[in-house]
Amino acid sequence: MKHLICITCPKGCHLQVDENKDYAVTGNNCPRGAEYGRNELLHPVRVLTSTVRITGAAIPRLPVKTDKPLPKERMFDCMELINGLLVQSPVQVGQVLAEDLFGTGVNLVACKTL
Amino acid sequence: MKYDLVIIGGGPAGLSAANAAWEDGCRSICIVERDRELGGILNQCIHNGFGLHYFKEELTGPEYAGRFIEMLKSTDVEVRIDTMVLEITEQKEVHVISAANGYEVLEAGAVVLAMGCRERTRGAIAIPGTRPAGVFTAGTAQRYLNIEGYMVGKKVVILGSGDIGLIMARRMTLEGAEVLACVEVMPYSGGLTRNIVQCLNDFNIPLYLSHTITDIRGKDRVEQVEVAEVGPDRRPIPGTEMTFDCDTVLLSVGLIPENELSRSAGITMDPRTNGPVVYENMETSIPGVFACGNVLHVHDLVDFVTAEAAKAGKAAASLAGTVSEEGPVLELKNGPVVGYTVPQQVHMHADFKVLEVFFRVRAVLGACHIYVRDEEGNQIATFSRERVAPGEMETIKIPKVLLAKAKGAVTVSVEEDQEESKE
Repeated sequence: MKHLICITCPKGCHLQVDENKDYAVTGNNCPRGAEYGRNELLHPVRVLTSTVRITGAAIPRLPVKTDKPLPKERMFDCMELINGLLVQSPVQVGQVLAEDLFGTGVNLVACKTL
Repeated sequence: MKYDLVIIGGGPAGLSAANAAWEDGCRSICIVERDRELGGILNQCIHNGFGLHYFKEELTGPEYAGRFIEMLKSTDVEVRIDTMVLEITEQKEVHVISAANGYEVLEAGAVVLAMGCRERTRGAIAIPGTRPAGVFTAGTAQRYLNIEGYMVGKKVVILGSGDIGLIMARRMTLEGAEVLACVEVMPYSGGLTRNIVQCLNDFNIPLYLSHTITDIRGKDRVEQVEVAEVGPDRRPIPGTEMTFDCDTVLLSVGLIPENELSRSAGITMDPRTNGPVVYENMETSIPGVFACGNVLHVHDLVDFVTAEAAKAGKAAASLAGTVSEEGPVLELKNGPVVGYTVPQQVHMHADFKVLEVFFRVRAVLGACHIYVRDEEGNQIATFSRERVAPGEMETIKIPKVLLAKAKGAVTVSVEEDQEESKE
Protein backbone atom coordinates (compact mmCIF):
# COMPACT_ATOMS: atom_id res chain seq x y z
CA MET A 1 0.00 0.00 0.00
CA LYS A 2 1.39 3.37 -1.03
CA HIS A 3 0.28 6.71 0.41
CA LEU A 4 0.19 9.62 -2.02
CA ILE A 5 -1.15 13.15 -2.09
CA CYS A 6 -3.13 13.82 -5.23
CA ILE A 7 -1.84 16.78 -7.24
CA THR A 8 -4.64 16.86 -9.78
CA CYS A 9 -6.41 19.74 -8.08
CA PRO A 10 -5.83 22.05 -5.09
CA LYS A 11 -7.92 19.85 -2.83
CA GLY A 12 -4.92 17.50 -2.35
CA CYS A 13 -6.73 14.25 -1.45
CA HIS A 14 -4.75 11.71 0.55
CA LEU A 15 -4.72 8.58 -1.61
CA GLN A 16 -3.92 4.97 -0.82
CA VAL A 17 -2.86 2.86 -3.77
CA ASP A 18 -2.80 -0.93 -3.38
CA GLU A 19 -0.14 -2.49 -5.62
CA ASN A 20 -1.50 -5.95 -4.86
CA LYS A 21 -5.02 -5.17 -5.97
CA ASP A 22 -4.30 -3.95 -9.49
CA TYR A 23 -3.40 -0.48 -8.19
CA ALA A 24 -6.84 0.14 -6.73
CA VAL A 25 -7.06 3.71 -5.36
CA THR A 26 -8.96 4.73 -2.23
CA GLY A 27 -9.25 8.14 -0.56
CA ASN A 28 -9.90 9.92 -3.85
CA ASN A 29 -12.90 12.24 -4.19
CA CYS A 30 -13.10 12.03 -7.97
CA PRO A 31 -12.16 9.73 -10.87
CA ARG A 32 -9.14 11.86 -11.76
CA GLY A 33 -7.65 10.97 -8.38
CA ALA A 34 -7.93 7.26 -9.19
CA GLU A 35 -6.19 7.85 -12.50
CA TYR A 36 -3.45 9.93 -10.87
CA GLY A 37 -2.81 7.33 -8.15
CA ARG A 38 -2.49 4.54 -10.68
CA ASN A 39 -0.31 6.54 -13.08
CA GLU A 40 1.93 7.79 -10.30
CA LEU A 41 3.05 4.27 -9.43
CA LEU A 42 3.11 2.85 -12.95
CA HIS A 43 4.40 5.73 -15.10
CA PRO A 44 4.29 9.18 -13.48
CA VAL A 45 3.45 12.08 -15.77
CA ARG A 46 3.47 15.88 -15.38
CA VAL A 47 2.32 18.86 -17.43
CA LEU A 48 5.42 20.96 -18.09
CA THR A 49 5.22 24.74 -18.32
CA SER A 50 8.01 27.12 -19.27
CA THR A 51 8.78 30.01 -21.62
CA VAL A 52 10.42 30.24 -25.05
CA ARG A 53 12.19 33.18 -26.63
CA ILE A 54 10.02 35.30 -28.90
CA THR A 55 11.00 38.14 -31.22
CA GLY A 56 8.80 40.93 -32.48
CA ALA A 57 6.54 40.95 -29.42
CA ALA A 58 6.17 43.47 -26.59
CA ILE A 59 7.88 41.06 -24.17
CA PRO A 60 10.85 38.74 -24.80
CA ARG A 61 9.30 35.52 -23.46
CA LEU A 62 6.29 33.50 -24.58
CA PRO A 63 4.69 31.21 -21.96
CA VAL A 64 4.25 27.61 -23.18
CA LYS A 65 2.97 24.29 -21.87
CA THR A 66 2.67 20.67 -22.91
CA ASP A 67 -0.92 20.07 -24.06
CA LYS A 68 -0.96 16.74 -22.22
CA PRO A 69 1.07 15.40 -19.31
CA LEU A 70 4.56 14.30 -20.28
CA PRO A 71 6.38 11.27 -18.82
CA LYS A 72 8.11 12.66 -15.74
CA GLU A 73 11.56 11.42 -16.78
CA ARG A 74 11.28 13.48 -19.99
CA MET A 75 10.90 16.84 -18.20
CA PHE A 76 14.54 17.90 -18.45
CA ASP A 77 14.84 16.68 -22.06
CA CYS A 78 11.84 18.81 -22.86
CA MET A 79 13.37 21.82 -21.09
CA GLU A 80 16.46 21.45 -23.30
CA LEU A 81 14.26 21.43 -26.39
CA ILE A 82 12.32 24.46 -25.14
CA ASN A 83 15.53 26.36 -24.47
CA GLY A 84 16.56 25.89 -28.10
CA LEU A 85 13.35 27.31 -29.54
CA LEU A 86 12.96 30.81 -30.95
CA VAL A 87 9.58 31.90 -32.27
CA GLN A 88 8.46 34.92 -34.21
CA SER A 89 5.43 37.06 -33.29
CA PRO A 90 2.48 36.80 -34.04
CA VAL A 91 1.66 33.64 -32.10
CA GLN A 92 -1.87 32.64 -31.12
CA VAL A 93 -2.81 31.04 -27.82
CA GLY A 94 -3.05 27.27 -28.37
CA GLN A 95 -0.72 27.33 -31.39
CA VAL A 96 1.45 24.20 -31.60
CA LEU A 97 5.14 25.11 -31.40
CA ALA A 98 6.63 21.60 -31.35
CA GLU A 99 4.77 18.44 -32.30
CA ASP A 100 4.84 14.95 -30.84
CA LEU A 101 7.59 15.52 -28.27
CA PHE A 102 9.91 12.48 -28.09
CA GLY A 103 7.27 10.34 -29.80
CA THR A 104 4.89 10.68 -26.83
CA GLY A 105 2.08 12.30 -28.82
CA VAL A 106 2.36 15.35 -26.55
CA ASN A 107 2.65 18.80 -28.18
CA LEU A 108 4.16 22.03 -26.96
CA VAL A 109 1.63 24.88 -27.27
CA ALA A 110 1.63 28.65 -26.72
CA CYS A 111 -0.27 29.95 -23.65
CA LYS A 112 -0.62 33.52 -24.83
CA THR A 113 -1.39 35.52 -27.95
CA LEU A 114 1.65 37.71 -28.55
CA MET B 1 -14.85 62.00 -17.20
CA LYS B 2 -17.83 60.30 -15.64
CA TYR B 3 -18.43 56.57 -15.39
CA ASP B 4 -21.10 54.49 -13.69
CA LEU B 5 -18.36 52.15 -12.51
CA VAL B 6 -14.61 52.57 -12.11
CA ILE B 7 -12.60 49.43 -11.34
CA ILE B 8 -9.17 49.89 -9.79
CA GLY B 9 -6.91 47.12 -11.07
CA GLY B 10 -7.02 44.96 -14.21
CA GLY B 11 -5.95 41.63 -12.70
CA PRO B 12 -8.23 38.64 -12.25
CA ALA B 13 -10.48 40.45 -9.76
CA GLY B 14 -10.87 43.58 -11.86
CA LEU B 15 -11.48 41.60 -15.05
CA SER B 16 -14.14 39.43 -13.45
CA ALA B 17 -15.85 42.41 -11.81
CA ALA B 18 -15.94 44.23 -15.16
CA ASN B 19 -17.41 41.26 -17.02
CA ALA B 20 -20.01 40.63 -14.32
CA ALA B 21 -21.04 44.30 -14.21
CA TRP B 22 -21.33 44.42 -18.01
CA GLU B 23 -23.45 41.26 -18.05
CA ASP B 24 -25.66 42.85 -15.44
CA GLY B 25 -26.40 45.78 -17.72
CA CYS B 26 -23.87 48.40 -16.61
CA ARG B 27 -22.75 50.16 -19.81
CA SER B 28 -20.32 52.76 -18.52
CA ILE B 29 -17.34 50.95 -17.04
CA CYS B 30 -13.66 51.89 -16.86
CA ILE B 31 -10.82 49.65 -15.70
CA VAL B 32 -7.70 51.47 -14.51
CA GLU B 33 -4.52 49.37 -14.66
CA ARG B 34 -1.00 50.56 -13.79
CA ASP B 35 0.85 47.86 -15.76
CA ARG B 36 1.29 47.85 -19.55
CA GLU B 37 -1.22 45.03 -20.04
CA LEU B 38 -4.28 43.50 -18.37
CA GLY B 39 -4.10 40.24 -16.46
CA GLY B 40 -2.17 41.28 -13.36
CA ILE B 41 -0.02 38.69 -11.63
CA LEU B 42 -1.50 35.91 -13.81
CA ASN B 43 0.82 37.01 -16.61
CA GLN B 44 3.87 35.81 -14.70
CA CYS B 45 2.19 32.71 -13.22
CA ILE B 46 3.01 30.52 -16.21
CA HIS B 47 2.42 27.27 -14.26
CA ASN B 48 -0.83 25.39 -14.63
CA GLY B 49 -3.57 24.67 -12.11
CA PHE B 50 -5.80 27.67 -12.70
CA GLY B 51 -9.46 27.42 -13.65
CA LEU B 52 -10.36 23.96 -12.38
CA HIS B 53 -13.40 25.35 -10.60
CA TYR B 54 -14.41 28.09 -13.02
CA PHE B 55 -13.59 26.65 -16.44
CA LYS B 56 -13.54 22.97 -15.36
CA GLU B 57 -10.15 22.60 -16.99
CA GLU B 58 -6.57 23.20 -15.99
CA LEU B 59 -5.11 26.40 -17.43
CA THR B 60 -1.90 28.37 -17.01
CA GLY B 61 -2.07 31.90 -15.61
CA PRO B 62 -1.71 33.65 -18.99
CA GLU B 63 -4.44 31.42 -20.48
CA TYR B 64 -6.79 32.12 -17.57
CA ALA B 65 -6.26 35.87 -17.90
CA GLY B 66 -6.51 35.60 -21.68
CA ARG B 67 -10.01 34.15 -21.51
CA PHE B 68 -11.27 37.11 -19.47
CA ILE B 69 -9.46 39.63 -21.64
CA GLU B 70 -11.08 37.96 -24.66
CA MET B 71 -14.54 38.18 -23.02
CA LEU B 72 -13.94 41.87 -22.38
CA LYS B 73 -13.31 42.47 -26.09
CA SER B 74 -16.98 41.83 -26.87
CA THR B 75 -17.96 44.66 -24.49
CA ASP B 76 -17.46 48.42 -24.53
CA VAL B 77 -15.63 48.43 -21.22
CA GLU B 78 -12.98 51.14 -21.36
CA VAL B 79 -9.48 50.12 -20.33
CA ARG B 80 -6.79 52.57 -19.25
CA ILE B 81 -3.43 50.81 -19.01
CA ASP B 82 -0.19 52.44 -17.86
CA THR B 83 -2.36 54.51 -15.56
CA MET B 84 -1.80 54.92 -11.84
CA VAL B 85 -4.53 55.76 -9.35
CA LEU B 86 -3.26 58.34 -6.87
CA GLU B 87 -6.30 58.81 -4.70
CA ILE B 88 -9.92 57.82 -4.22
CA THR B 89 -12.17 60.20 -2.33
CA GLU B 90 -15.23 59.49 -0.25
CA GLN B 91 -17.27 61.15 -3.03
CA LYS B 92 -15.97 58.43 -5.36
CA GLU B 93 -13.67 60.68 -7.37
CA VAL B 94 -10.77 58.66 -8.70
CA HIS B 95 -7.59 60.69 -9.28
CA VAL B 96 -5.40 59.07 -11.95
CA ILE B 97 -2.17 59.92 -13.75
CA SER B 98 -0.68 58.56 -16.96
CA ALA B 99 1.91 59.52 -19.55
CA ALA B 100 -0.79 59.52 -22.23
CA ASN B 101 -3.42 61.70 -20.55
CA GLY B 102 -1.69 63.44 -17.67
CA TYR B 103 -3.64 64.08 -14.49
CA GLU B 104 -7.36 63.35 -14.57
CA VAL B 105 -10.23 63.00 -12.13
CA LEU B 106 -12.73 60.25 -12.94
CA GLU B 107 -16.13 60.66 -11.32
CA ALA B 108 -17.58 57.28 -10.49
CA GLY B 109 -21.08 56.16 -9.59
CA ALA B 110 -19.54 53.11 -7.99
CA VAL B 111 -15.98 51.93 -7.41
CA VAL B 112 -14.63 48.38 -7.23
CA LEU B 113 -11.31 48.06 -5.43
CA ALA B 114 -9.32 45.25 -7.07
CA MET B 115 -5.71 46.25 -6.42
CA GLY B 116 -4.50 42.83 -5.29
CA CYS B 117 -1.66 42.35 -2.86
CA ARG B 118 2.09 42.60 -2.68
CA GLU B 119 4.83 40.50 -1.17
CA ARG B 120 6.46 40.92 2.20
CA THR B 121 10.10 41.79 1.78
CA ARG B 122 13.35 41.18 3.63
CA GLY B 123 12.76 44.43 5.49
CA ALA B 124 9.37 43.26 6.72
CA ILE B 125 10.83 40.22 8.45
CA ALA B 126 14.23 41.74 9.34
CA ILE B 127 16.66 38.96 8.38
CA PRO B 128 20.07 39.67 9.94
CA GLY B 129 23.21 39.87 7.83
CA THR B 130 24.86 41.95 5.16
CA ARG B 131 22.92 43.49 2.30
CA PRO B 132 24.33 41.94 -0.87
CA ALA B 133 22.57 41.60 -4.23
CA GLY B 134 20.73 38.33 -4.80
CA VAL B 135 17.92 38.62 -2.28
CA PHE B 136 14.57 38.69 -4.11
CA THR B 137 10.95 38.21 -3.26
CA ALA B 138 9.79 35.07 -5.07
CA GLY B 139 7.31 37.03 -7.17
CA THR B 140 9.95 39.51 -8.32
CA ALA B 141 12.18 36.63 -9.38
CA GLN B 142 9.17 35.09 -11.12
CA ARG B 143 8.60 38.24 -13.13
CA TYR B 144 12.28 38.51 -14.09
CA LEU B 145 12.37 34.90 -15.20
CA ASN B 146 8.99 34.41 -16.86
CA ILE B 147 8.34 37.79 -18.45
CA GLU B 148 11.67 39.56 -18.82
CA GLY B 149 13.69 36.40 -19.45
CA TYR B 150 16.43 36.91 -16.85
CA MET B 151 17.76 34.04 -14.74
CA VAL B 152 18.19 35.41 -11.21
CA GLY B 153 20.66 32.91 -9.77
CA LYS B 154 22.30 29.49 -9.85
CA LYS B 155 22.33 28.25 -6.27
CA VAL B 156 19.19 29.12 -4.41
CA VAL B 157 17.80 28.95 -0.88
CA ILE B 158 14.11 29.72 -0.50
CA LEU B 159 12.76 31.18 2.73
CA GLY B 160 9.08 30.50 3.31
CA SER B 161 6.94 27.76 1.84
CA GLY B 162 4.14 29.87 0.41
CA ASP B 163 2.86 28.79 -2.97
CA ILE B 164 4.95 31.28 -4.96
CA GLY B 165 8.12 30.06 -3.23
CA LEU B 166 7.29 26.44 -4.00
CA ILE B 167 6.41 27.21 -7.61
CA MET B 168 9.68 29.12 -7.99
CA ALA B 169 11.65 26.20 -6.50
CA ARG B 170 10.43 24.04 -9.38
CA ARG B 171 10.79 26.78 -11.97
CA MET B 172 14.40 27.59 -11.02
CA THR B 173 15.28 23.88 -10.98
CA LEU B 174 13.81 23.35 -14.45
CA GLU B 175 15.82 26.32 -15.72
CA GLY B 176 19.03 24.74 -14.47
CA ALA B 177 19.51 26.29 -11.03
CA GLU B 178 20.20 24.21 -7.96
CA VAL B 179 17.64 24.79 -5.20
CA LEU B 180 19.41 23.74 -2.01
CA ALA B 181 16.59 24.09 0.48
CA CYS B 182 13.20 25.50 1.22
CA VAL B 183 13.12 26.81 4.79
CA GLU B 184 9.86 27.37 6.70
CA VAL B 185 9.67 28.93 10.16
CA MET B 186 6.31 27.31 10.98
CA PRO B 187 5.94 23.59 11.70
CA TYR B 188 3.72 23.29 8.61
CA SER B 189 3.88 24.60 5.06
CA GLY B 190 2.04 27.77 4.09
CA GLY B 191 1.40 26.46 0.59
CA LEU B 192 -0.95 23.95 -0.97
CA THR B 193 -0.02 20.32 -0.31
CA ARG B 194 -0.02 19.56 -4.03
CA ASN B 195 2.73 22.11 -4.50
CA ILE B 196 4.92 20.44 -1.86
CA VAL B 197 4.57 17.22 -3.87
CA GLN B 198 5.00 18.49 -7.40
CA CYS B 199 7.46 21.33 -6.76
CA LEU B 200 9.70 20.03 -3.96
CA ASN B 201 9.37 16.23 -3.75
CA ASP B 202 9.51 15.79 -7.54
CA PHE B 203 12.95 17.40 -7.55
CA ASN B 204 14.23 16.12 -4.19
CA ILE B 205 14.38 19.62 -2.73
CA PRO B 206 14.49 19.37 1.06
CA LEU B 207 11.86 21.25 3.08
CA TYR B 208 13.09 22.32 6.51
CA LEU B 209 10.05 22.97 8.70
CA SER B 210 10.52 24.93 11.96
CA HIS B 211 13.70 26.48 10.53
CA THR B 212 14.64 30.00 9.50
CA ILE B 213 17.49 31.98 7.97
CA THR B 214 19.52 33.53 10.77
CA ASP B 215 22.20 35.21 8.69
CA ILE B 216 22.80 36.30 5.09
CA ARG B 217 26.48 36.67 4.20
CA GLY B 218 28.17 38.16 1.16
CA LYS B 219 29.89 41.35 0.05
CA ASP B 220 28.54 42.22 -3.40
CA ARG B 221 26.47 39.11 -4.03
CA VAL B 222 24.97 36.57 -1.60
CA GLU B 223 27.66 34.00 -0.76
CA GLN B 224 26.22 32.02 2.11
CA VAL B 225 23.20 31.78 4.37
CA GLU B 226 22.96 30.36 7.84
CA VAL B 227 19.85 28.38 8.72
CA ALA B 228 18.83 27.32 12.23
CA GLU B 229 16.03 25.35 13.77
CA VAL B 230 13.48 27.34 15.75
CA GLY B 231 11.69 26.39 18.93
CA PRO B 232 7.96 26.63 19.62
CA ASP B 233 8.54 30.36 20.33
CA ARG B 234 9.90 30.65 16.75
CA ARG B 235 13.29 31.76 18.06
CA PRO B 236 16.46 30.11 16.70
CA ILE B 237 17.88 27.29 18.83
CA PRO B 238 21.64 27.84 19.39
CA GLY B 239 23.77 24.97 18.12
CA THR B 240 21.42 23.93 15.33
CA GLU B 241 22.96 26.23 12.70
CA MET B 242 23.86 24.90 9.26
CA THR B 243 25.25 26.88 6.34
CA PHE B 244 24.42 26.80 2.65
CA ASP B 245 26.74 28.19 -0.02
CA CYS B 246 24.38 29.97 -2.41
CA ASP B 247 24.15 33.07 -4.57
CA THR B 248 20.44 33.72 -4.27
CA VAL B 249 17.78 33.92 -1.57
CA LEU B 250 14.12 33.94 -2.57
CA LEU B 251 11.54 35.11 -0.05
CA SER B 252 8.04 33.70 0.03
CA VAL B 253 7.04 35.01 3.41
CA GLY B 254 3.53 36.25 2.98
CA LEU B 255 1.37 38.65 1.05
CA ILE B 256 -0.15 41.94 2.16
CA PRO B 257 -3.31 43.35 0.56
CA GLU B 258 -2.39 46.63 -1.11
CA ASN B 259 -4.75 49.05 0.59
CA GLU B 260 -3.07 52.46 0.63
CA LEU B 261 -5.90 53.83 -1.54
CA SER B 262 -8.59 52.24 0.62
CA ARG B 263 -7.09 53.65 3.82
CA SER B 264 -6.68 57.16 2.50
CA ALA B 265 -10.28 57.07 1.32
CA GLY B 266 -11.27 56.46 4.93
CA ILE B 267 -12.64 52.93 4.42
CA THR B 268 -12.96 50.89 7.61
CA MET B 269 -10.23 48.23 7.64
CA ASP B 270 -10.06 44.80 9.27
CA PRO B 271 -6.73 44.30 11.07
CA ARG B 272 -7.11 40.52 10.74
CA THR B 273 -7.21 40.51 6.94
CA ASN B 274 -5.45 43.85 6.28
CA GLY B 275 -8.33 44.44 3.88
CA PRO B 276 -11.55 46.45 4.06
CA VAL B 277 -14.47 45.31 6.21
CA VAL B 278 -17.21 44.21 3.79
CA TYR B 279 -20.85 43.20 3.74
CA GLU B 280 -22.23 40.10 2.02
CA ASN B 281 -22.30 41.96 -1.32
CA MET B 282 -18.62 43.01 -0.99
CA GLU B 283 -19.57 46.62 -0.20
CA THR B 284 -17.16 48.47 2.09
CA SER B 285 -17.99 51.02 4.79
CA ILE B 286 -18.32 53.68 2.05
CA PRO B 287 -21.60 53.04 0.19
CA GLY B 288 -20.95 52.37 -3.49
CA VAL B 289 -17.35 51.29 -2.93
CA PHE B 290 -16.78 47.54 -3.19
CA ALA B 291 -13.70 45.37 -2.69
CA CYS B 292 -12.79 41.94 -4.03
CA GLY B 293 -9.87 39.60 -4.63
CA ASN B 294 -6.54 39.80 -2.86
CA VAL B 295 -7.02 43.41 -1.81
CA LEU B 296 -9.82 42.12 0.44
CA HIS B 297 -8.10 39.00 1.77
CA VAL B 298 -5.36 36.83 0.29
CA HIS B 299 -6.74 33.88 -1.68
CA ASP B 300 -5.02 30.63 -2.69
CA LEU B 301 -7.07 30.08 -5.83
CA VAL B 302 -7.82 32.55 -8.60
CA ASP B 303 -11.13 30.77 -9.23
CA PHE B 304 -12.37 32.04 -5.87
CA VAL B 305 -11.13 35.54 -6.70
CA THR B 306 -13.15 35.41 -9.92
CA ALA B 307 -16.31 34.34 -8.09
CA GLU B 308 -15.90 36.95 -5.36
CA ALA B 309 -15.17 39.72 -7.87
CA ALA B 310 -18.22 38.77 -9.94
CA LYS B 311 -20.29 39.26 -6.80
CA ALA B 312 -18.74 42.72 -6.30
CA GLY B 313 -19.16 43.65 -9.97
CA LYS B 314 -22.79 42.62 -9.96
CA ALA B 315 -23.55 44.55 -6.78
CA ALA B 316 -21.74 47.61 -8.10
CA ALA B 317 -23.61 47.42 -11.42
CA SER B 318 -26.97 47.66 -9.77
CA LEU B 319 -26.48 50.33 -7.19
CA ALA B 320 -30.22 49.91 -6.80
CA GLY B 321 -29.25 46.58 -5.33
CA THR B 322 -27.16 48.37 -2.75
CA VAL B 323 -28.97 48.04 0.49
CA SER B 324 -29.75 51.21 2.36
CA GLU B 325 -27.85 51.56 5.57
CA GLU B 326 -30.97 51.08 7.60
CA GLY B 327 -32.10 47.61 8.48
CA PRO B 328 -30.58 44.94 10.65
CA VAL B 329 -26.88 44.15 10.29
CA LEU B 330 -25.56 40.81 11.48
CA GLU B 331 -21.97 40.73 12.60
CA LEU B 332 -19.71 37.72 11.93
CA LYS B 333 -16.92 37.02 14.40
CA ASN B 334 -14.06 34.54 14.46
CA GLY B 335 -13.89 32.06 17.33
CA PRO B 336 -11.17 29.55 18.28
CA VAL B 337 -8.77 28.47 15.48
CA VAL B 338 -10.45 30.79 12.94
CA GLY B 339 -8.29 33.76 11.89
CA TYR B 340 -10.95 35.96 10.29
CA THR B 341 -14.15 35.85 8.26
CA VAL B 342 -15.10 37.51 4.98
CA PRO B 343 -17.64 39.03 4.90
CA GLN B 344 -17.50 40.52 8.36
CA GLN B 345 -21.05 41.94 8.24
CA VAL B 346 -24.34 40.93 6.66
CA HIS B 347 -27.37 43.00 5.69
CA MET B 348 -30.09 40.64 6.84
CA HIS B 349 -32.71 42.38 4.67
CA ALA B 350 -30.62 41.96 1.52
CA ASP B 351 -31.72 39.61 -1.22
CA PHE B 352 -29.72 36.40 -0.80
CA LYS B 353 -30.58 32.80 0.00
CA VAL B 354 -27.22 31.46 1.07
CA LEU B 355 -24.36 33.32 2.70
CA GLU B 356 -20.93 32.23 1.56
CA VAL B 357 -18.30 32.80 4.25
CA PHE B 358 -14.56 32.54 3.63
CA PHE B 359 -11.99 32.15 6.38
CA ARG B 360 -8.60 30.75 7.25
CA VAL B 361 -7.68 28.59 10.21
CA ARG B 362 -4.66 29.31 12.39
CA ALA B 363 -3.49 25.71 12.90
CA VAL B 364 -3.36 22.38 11.13
CA LEU B 365 -6.14 20.11 12.45
CA GLY B 366 -7.25 16.61 11.50
CA ALA B 367 -10.90 15.62 11.46
CA CYS B 368 -12.83 18.57 12.84
CA HIS B 369 -16.09 20.49 12.73
CA ILE B 370 -16.80 24.09 11.85
CA TYR B 371 -19.39 25.53 14.24
CA VAL B 372 -21.54 28.58 13.60
CA ARG B 373 -23.07 29.79 16.86
CA ASP B 374 -24.93 32.88 17.98
CA GLU B 375 -24.28 34.99 21.08
CA GLU B 376 -26.45 32.76 23.26
CA GLY B 377 -24.48 29.71 22.19
CA ASN B 378 -27.19 28.32 19.95
CA GLN B 379 -25.77 26.28 17.10
CA ILE B 380 -26.83 27.78 13.75
CA ALA B 381 -24.95 25.36 11.50
CA THR B 382 -22.09 22.85 11.53
CA PHE B 383 -19.82 21.56 8.80
CA SER B 384 -17.39 18.65 9.00
CA ARG B 385 -13.88 18.61 7.54
CA GLU B 386 -11.35 15.81 7.32
CA ARG B 387 -8.47 18.21 7.61
CA VAL B 388 -7.92 21.98 7.73
CA ALA B 389 -4.69 23.94 7.30
CA PRO B 390 -3.73 27.63 7.30
CA GLY B 391 -2.49 27.31 3.72
CA GLU B 392 -5.90 26.35 2.43
CA MET B 393 -8.81 28.79 2.60
CA GLU B 394 -12.11 27.40 3.86
CA THR B 395 -15.61 28.22 2.63
CA ILE B 396 -18.94 27.49 4.25
CA LYS B 397 -22.42 28.20 2.94
CA ILE B 398 -25.00 29.18 5.54
CA PRO B 399 -28.66 29.34 4.46
CA LYS B 400 -30.25 32.69 5.27
CA VAL B 401 -33.19 30.98 7.00
CA LEU B 402 -30.74 29.62 9.58
CA LEU B 403 -28.89 32.93 9.97
CA ALA B 404 -32.21 34.69 10.58
CA LYS B 405 -32.62 32.66 13.77
CA ALA B 406 -29.38 33.96 15.25
CA LYS B 407 -29.57 36.08 18.39
CA GLY B 408 -26.86 38.74 18.25
CA ALA B 409 -23.51 38.31 16.49
CA VAL B 410 -22.58 34.99 14.93
CA THR B 411 -19.24 33.30 15.65
CA VAL B 412 -17.47 30.86 13.35
CA SER B 413 -15.12 28.48 15.14
CA VAL B 414 -13.34 25.19 14.45
CA GLU B 415 -12.97 22.36 16.95
CA GLU B 416 -11.03 19.17 16.46
CA ASP B 417 -13.14 16.01 16.79
CA GLN B 418 -12.44 13.89 19.84
CA GLU B 419 -10.64 10.82 18.59
CA GLU B 420 -11.55 7.64 20.40
CA SER B 421 -10.28 4.40 18.96
CA LYS B 422 -7.72 5.81 16.52
CA GLU B 423 -3.99 5.62 17.14
